[in-house]
Amino acid sequence: MSEQPRPRIAVVVFPGSNDDGDAVLAFESLGAEAFPVWHAEPELPSVDAVALPGGFSYGDYLRCGAIARFAPVMSGVTRFAGEGGLVLGICNGFQVLCEAGLLPGTLRPNASLSFVCRDVELAVERADTPFMTRCEPGQLLTMPIKHGEGCYFADDELLGELEANGQVVLRYAQNPNGSVDDIAGVVSRDGNVFGLMPHPEHAVDPLLGPTGGALVLGSLVDAARERALTPA
Amino acid sequence: MKATVLVRPKPGILDPQGEAVQSSLRHLGFAVEEARVGRVVDLELEGRSPEDARAELERMCEQLLANPLIESYEISVADA
Repeated sequence: MSEQPRPRIAVVVFPGSNDDGDAVLAFESLGAEAFPVWHAEPELPSVDAVALPGGFSYGDYLRCGAIARFAPVMSGVTRFAGEGGLVLGICNGFQVLCEAGLLPGTLRPNASLSFVCRDVELAVERADTPFMTRCEPGQLLTMPIKHGEGCYFADDELLGELEANGQVVLRYAQNPNGSVDDIAGVVSRDGNVFGLMPHPEHAVDPLLGPTGGALVLGSLVDAARERALTPA
Repeated sequence: MKATVLVRPKPGILDPQGEAVQSSLRHLGFAVEEARVGRVVDLELEGRSPEDARAELERMCEQLLANPLIESYEISVADA
């Protein structure tokens, strides 16, 4: 294991991000070389994957994620995703990817209007994406959620498309926020961009609770390593 | 030139904020059947014709001020 090369994973830090440190630690513990990249960087460094962390980028002004997508580094992230690069968005990162048009749908205030902070069970819908290869379809993963605006929304037409293309990757076993069809995580049409509201980076160390997140982030580390070994 | 953009949750879209406002208003004794909460953006634009301003405001709404998936918008430009 220690012989394996460590893929390079950038964790973008926006003003107001607050889960970037945990994301770096989680990726490092799973065998990656992870490092923060400040939002104002004009270019994305050469990496094997990018993660947008949780938090409240730019104070969630206007709508969650709406301003962060204009961060200088985001043009590099968009280009990277367009070239098939692996991009993961967690919580606020998911909201940013939706606002940036890299993922379909949008996140709205929780139906309860309450901030929800607790562990949830998630059913794996698809294991054949680069973010889920360590999982099995139907498997239940436990990880925490902590958000006020995690209610996933897509209109009927878009929802039909998502289901037809198999873009729904994770569903809540018990819907905590009013998300349409219990959706907790979706991939892009090409499968290389993934966003989810739950926090895998907070669920990797058995000392601190459930470890369902290690399977998701570990899958991404595997996929990033594979890409590092086979340059385009 | 002054302009105002009114952003609203689209009809049929669940508006939990509006529901909370409606229930609070009822609590105060007001017979309110429904409340929907949107957003107002007042803008001061650099000088141009109202037509140009309107076209530009449309683009502002599409690109940033509203999320077309869940929100509708209404633009008004002050004639000056």
